[in-house]
Amino acid sequence: MADGGPVLELRGLRKRFGGLAVTDDVSLAVAPGAIHAVIGPNGAGKTTLVHQISGLLAPDSGRVLFAGEDVTALPMHRRARLGLARTFQITSVVPGFSALENAALAVQARSGSSFRLLRPAAGQLALDDPAMEALEAVGLADRARTPAGALSHGERRQLELAVALAMRPRLLLLDEPLAGAGPEEAERLVGVLSGLRGRYAILLVEHDMPAVFALADGISVLVYGRVVATGPPAAIRANPEVRAAYLGEDDAA
Amino acid sequence: MERASAALREASPALLLLGLLAAAPFLGFGQGYTMTLLARAMILAMAAVSLSVLVGGAGLVSLGHAAPLGVGAYAVVALDAAGVTEGLVVLPGAAAAAALFALATGAVAIRTSGVHFIMITLAFGQMAFFTAGSLTAYGGDDGYTLYGRTELFGTRLLEDRLGFHWVCLGLLAAVLLLCRLLLASRFGRVLRASRENPLRVRAVGFEPYPFRLLAYALMGAVAGLAGALLANATEFVAPSYMAWQRSGDLLFMAILGGLGSLPGAVAGALAIVLLEEWLSELTEHWRLIFGPLLILSVLFLRGGLAGLPAQLGGLLRRG
Repeated sequence: MADGGPVLELRGLRKRFGGLAVTDDVSLAVAPGAIHAVIGPNGAGKTTLVHQISGLLAPDSGRVLFAGEDVTALPMHRRARLGLARTFQITSVVPGFSALENAALAVQARSGSSFRLLRPAAGQLALDDPAMEALEAVGLADRARTPAGALSHGERRQLELAVALAMRPRLLLLDEPLAGAGPEEAERLVGVLSGLRGRYAILLVEHDMPAVFALADGISVLVYGRVVATGPPAAIRANPEVRAAYLGEDDAA
Repeated sequence: MERASAALREASPALLLLGLLAAAPFLGFGQGYTMTLLARAMILAMAAVSLSVLVGGAGLVSLGHAAPLGVGAYAVVALDAAGVTEGLVVLPGAAAAAALFALATGAVAIRTSGVHFIMITLAFGQMAFFTAGSLTAYGGDDGYTLYGRTELFGTRLLEDRLGFHWVCLGLLAAVLLLCRLLLASRFGRVLRASRENPLRVRAVGFEPYPFRLLAYALMGAVAGLAGALLANATEFVAPSYMAWQRSGDLLFMAILGGLGSLPGAVAGALAIVLLEEWLSELTEHWRLIFGPLLILSVLFLRGGLAGLPAQLGGLLRRG
């Protein structure tokens, strides 16, 4: 990684679905250790943007630079190996695996070959110890042996975050981590996320405005696929164009 | 200590089944015909276990698993025609031939999923079936009669009913153990996770394809080994080894046993082979009884035969 350079940089990203431009010349950068938020109304193209960053969708043009390397042509699993960890808007875990095994799977991806056919994976300390650390980091250690499918919605969110942390990522790409969480769960998750501040670069796509303004160092506002404003939270809050387009005059706190 | 007893508890269904099969010759089932039937059941159980790994472990629902089985059987024929009958060559050779077949067809099939995967494995199976029928050197549609069984270390151990029984039982036990270890390994963990949630697996940094392909080739090898044994059991090999009906039978054994349960697949194979035999002795219209029995078992045996003890226990507690 170039010293001091951004962890993630998007340059002129474009994506069309038929006649509709869902990503329209998006450029932004996330500095090491910074939390950058992308906000925007429903249909602004936030999740499509996340998919292009993670490699699930290919952009029509533009480039994705990760740690100084052009990863635009790399599939999702290769980007993950480089340290790009994402969560999904609809929580994605392995339901039949215990919480610990979900995290251990992520540890496995970065430690040694997984084409080992005979030695049991369960109980390998080289996998379980880092996995347990990741569960502890999100406050899920006491649920380590519970099948992921039996966890509550909020716990599955925490688990997905633990899985991302177990990858030892250089960037966390979080797609609406608070969606569907109750007030209490949301509060806990915000606490977990602010605990990660400074240790990981985070690109946070989120609807929950108080959470975004509490967490983010920088914010980009996406409307109809375009970035209409980028800046520190205070500037975004004060930006009249943003208030009109998105926050709503009476809604803006 | 606790761990050891948990491992024992987990292994007990497999040990029980293998123990029963080991005891069978001493429990009055030593007569020729029953022994033949049991050998056949154990051989098909090996193939059913390998299919259970694919379906229940990897999520690869193959409707062409009789093809690698048939490839293994035809490897015995090809080697026999070339004068090679030593088991230390024939059995690994059959497994290797079937693994290569599975690797080549799997490389294409595994790029698809769901119904497409089922159809493409069926198509490859039918291709193998018709190819076997056109091998005039090996009897074409009429099949090929083996005049002697495969030898082991130059001895005619497999000609002996009891000897053949032990060889089949030993290999079945080995297949069960290796498949169990495979599913529990790092490799198996990626494989199982890919069945449940391939997107999550990609997001942590694995491409499921090579894992699935290797599993497909390895389980093809197991089916090929079973095919080689089946050729020896019947001393006759024909294209019908690869007929899609047999693929369906194998799939049914794995499902009847309880998806993902390896001892279940053994129980499924035993149940189907023995039931088929018993019903066909009762009436020539045995399929009229067999079919509905299969349907009822799917409807009422939720976890398959593997789930039967728990289901019965639940009924007793409630009753």
